[in-house]
Amino acid sequence: MENKLMMILIVVIGAIALAQLVRVYELTSKLRQRGEHEIPNRDNVFNSKLMLLFMIFQFGGFIYLVAKYGWTGRGPAASIEGATTDWLLNLNLIIITAVFFLTNFLLFYFAYKYVKKPGVPAYFYPHNNKLEMLWTVVPAAVLAVIIILGLKTWNELTGPSAPNAVNVELYSKQFGWVARYGGADNKLGKADYKLITSKNKLGLVTEETLLASIEQIEKGEEGIHKIEGQLNSNNIVLSDSVRKAYRESLGNKERLLRLLRQMQATHTKKSDASAYDDVIVEDKLVLRKNTPYEFTFRAEDVIHSAYFPHFRAQINTVPGLVTRLKFTPTMTTKEYRSVKNLPTFNYILMCNKICGSGHYQMKMLVEVLDEKEYDAWFKNKQKETFKASFLKK
Amino acid sequence: MASVTHDHHAHDEHEHHHEEGFISKYIFSQDHKMIGKQFLITAVFMGLVAMLLSILFRIQLAWPGEESEFLHFFLGDKWAPKGVLDSEMYLGLVTIHGTIMVFFLLTGGLSGTFSNILIPLQLGARDMASGFLNMLSYWFFFLSSLIMFLSLFVMNGAIFGIDIPGEWGTSGNGPAMAGWTVYPPLSALPQAVSGSGFGMTLWLISMAIFIAGSLIGSLNYIVTVLNLRTAGMTMTRMPLTIWAFFVTAILGVLSFPVLLSAALLLIMDRLAGTSFYLSDIMVKGQMLTNHGGSPLLFQHLFWFLGHPEVYIVLLPALGLSSEIIATNARKPIFGYKAMIGSILAIGFLSFIVWGHHMFITGMNPFLGSVFVFTTLLIAIPSAVKVFNYITTLWRGSIVFTPAMLFAIALVSTFITGGVTGIILADSALDIAIHDTYFVVAHFHIVMGMSAVFGMFAGVYHWFPKMYGRMMNARMGYAHFWITLVGAYGVFFPMHFVGIAGAPRRYYDYSVYGTFDTESYGMIVDLNVVITFFAIVAALGQAIFLFNFFYSIYRGPVAPTNPWKSNTLEWTTPVEHLHGNWPGPLPVVHRWPYDYSKPGAAEDFIPQNVPLAEGEEEH
Repeated sequence: MENKLMMILIVVIGAIALAQLVRVYELTSKLRQRGEHEIPNRDNVFNSKLMLLFMIFQFGGFIYLVAKYGWTGRGPAASIEGATTDWLLNLNLIIITAVFFLTNFLLFYFAYKYVKKPGVPAYFYPHNNKLEMLWTVVPAAVLAVIIILGLKTWNELTGPSAPNAVNVELYSKQFGWVARYGGADNKLGKADYKLITSKNKLGLVTEETLLASIEQIEKGEEGIHKIEGQLNSNNIVLSDSVRKAYRESLGNKERLLRLLRQMQATHTKKSDASAYDDVIVEDKLVLRKNTPYEFTFRAEDVIHSAYFPHFRAQINTVPGLVTRLKFTPTMTTKEYRSVKNLPTFNYILMCNKICGSGHYQMKMLVEVLDEKEYDAWFKNKQKETFKASFLKK
Repeated sequence: MASVTHDHHAHDEHEHHHEEGFISKYIFSQDHKMIGKQFLITAVFMGLVAMLLSILFRIQLAWPGEESEFLHFFLGDKWAPKGVLDSEMYLGLVTIHGTIMVFFLLTGGLSGTFSNILIPLQLGARDMASGFLNMLSYWFFFLSSLIMFLSLFVMNGAIFGIDIPGEWGTSGNGPAMAGWTVYPPLSALPQAVSGSGFGMTLWLISMAIFIAGSLIGSLNYIVTVLNLRTAGMTMTRMPLTIWAFFVTAILGVLSFPVLLSAALLLIMDRLAGTSFYLSDIMVKGQMLTNHGGSPLLFQHLFWFLGHPEVYIVLLPALGLSSEIIATNARKPIFGYKAMIGSILAIGFLSFIVWGHHMFITGMNPFLGSVFVFTTLLIAIPSAVKVFNYITTLWRGSIVFTPAMLFAIALVSTFITGGVTGIILADSALDIAIHDTYFVVAHFHIVMGMSAVFGMFAGVYHWFPKMYGRMMNARMGYAHFWITLVGAYGVFFPMHFVGIAGAPRRYYDYSVYGTFDTESYGMIVDLNVVITFFAIVAALGQAIFLFNFFYSIYRGPVAPTNPWKSNTLEWTTPVEHLHGNWPGPLPVVHRWPYDYSKPGAAEDFIPQNVPLAEGEEEH
């Protein structure tokens, strides 16, 4: 408390002191017969010099930061697509850096050079159509190049992936990622959020998962039967608010049940196999070097964003919408470590769309193995297919 | 002056200036000058709040997890236990900082203040077309500011312990926490983050009121510009300030209603159980039945306003600086017609570029490529503006008033922030840097700093018109240089943090420790530098505040036309009177940029001076 009082006191005394100083300054200008709107020549020249000094600070700061942290400071791209992006990014950065230096130089240099000099009038120069045409056409021409190159790259990056691409789904929720590999058939089984249970965290659709979900919603711990029992019981007195909450929950569950029954009616067992051989991995995303990947994304609760900084890849994950991206890793984790000279380095998948309190911790390590290592790892993983884990008691 | 031209104004000559009571003069005033000042003071207060919030979260970013007396002082035990910022409140601070800065300071404050003060004065009108609607627009703005401010104090679904009944008071702690863009489902689901309870409800109510106020104001500005120009004030003799306010108001009228509908649909999803934006959601173990909605729909609606909003913020600043640069370079603004053309082009293009905020949302890539094209086109009129400013300085006779300094700095930030926009507008490049600090740096410089500098320039330049007194120039210099160096020190290094990959809206970067210790070191180092400059820049604003309030009461009395300017506001008496001109309205004979015209006795010729014999209009 005393500290706070002291702080307030200091601020007040400071303000009073400043006010007195200003009074003194104003009285002296009055003596000199100078109005506050008339800027003395000395102040004018001083500010014009500061303009030039600021330009040096601005340019110097830029050069210092580039020298210290590198042109882009994020290491080489580790995917084919990333290398394309980096090439284009560098080209664009060179163009805008040149524009940044040129225009800021003209601005600050003119501000310095053309400071008011007593007796020298300004030059009346209202317009010049040729000049204006020049700085319409030149930027337009440069932009045309930027647009054409940009769209060409954009089409490459967002186009369909190679026919032999490996299918992997990344499932996002507050605050983590789960990977699902297409398994032996490289096909991802169908999924639906209504089928999510503790044993089917990604909501894969098969005959058995449908049955299990329907059973849980009817007879489970918080199922319809339980809630009806509570509501209709003569032995329990429920407060209005609890009764209301129960009714609401009952309505929701009945609606979900109807939807599940509809799904069940149209489900064909044929597609079950592609779901059952899927491999779900929660601890890290493992990829195979020089292999094209087709990633699909789902979100459980809110929007997230799958951000792979080293592969220069990113896409949002949206509830109710499946999104996709592709890339082909070109360097194993080990290779990248030696290039970066950082033995503890790992690739990463981060969340890059605000998603709640744990947003900043939502990540998954990514490991790129060479062909041999990967095949061994995947063979081992295939022992724990979705089928095996779901049917485990 | 030819008295003939005044005849049709004869009925105006009878002075209807009467004594007003305190309430009708200072509170429910319908005088545009007072309303402008009300906007300014409210916005300055909101701006200070938003700046303080940014300092609070910058402390966390620079020294993550360290105990801070300062944080504890402002946030208390609930949000900063032991002086360490809570990770949810971090998101709340970021969200409200952005909301206030974009809407309350730079839309309400900038456009509200200067459109109000300058439109009637520079056009030669007695007041706005509707004084009553104008007053209403301020009070809507005031109410929405109040609600947004109070939303910071939400605790357990109540404010200061006062419970709100029913669905509106759905529990929740703290203000909205979904980012200033409030994307659903995060903003729609109280289970997802604690700010999406009552705090979010207040955010939506506040914004709905804000939009209503902004619409009323904008309509008034448009009508005034079209109908109340004085004799001789043709559209191509209007100062560029008015052109900027005019186009800004049109942008507001066309785009804000879309945000209002976006907000209403979100309110429906939150309170009435609809599914406009929600589908297939399981949150905190609870399976929702919402089906068929699309979170992307909200983003389209939001950015349909959101992008024009950038220009709603920027154009007034560019308009003010055009006027200030011409006046203080003692030269006509170079390429007046091209400047008008680029304002119109920017205004038009701003409506067809919103998708560049959504390249990586899962939107169809072909649609993305259309937005790449339209977005990059905006660089052309922007480049024209920049080169015209630079040419205006060339061979000028520059007087460095504090306003002039801020106006030149605005051109610099407009360039520096603008060029990085070229990278972000290129969808292929945006993939890798979307939502990183590179974006934060880009829009803070091009939109935040430029608009703030424009606003400061406007305050220093038109202070004599607003308060009849002068601000202290030397304090203005100190304020300017601290602010400029501080602002560059804050936002320039952010490019490097961002291009190295650091995502925005992260409470801390400890996650980097698990995969790239080298980048982690860089991010932490630069964050300390950035916070240092942020604190310096924030302290520098104390000089401005002192100068501002001191000068309102004690500053030297201003002369009628302190900057030797050509526009009509400087022909009104220093002492304000309702109706602006004591006699007949001035008649305009020339454009507003006759500075240093060869053959003239003085280096300025006000707009109401008739052409001399043999003189040609420029």
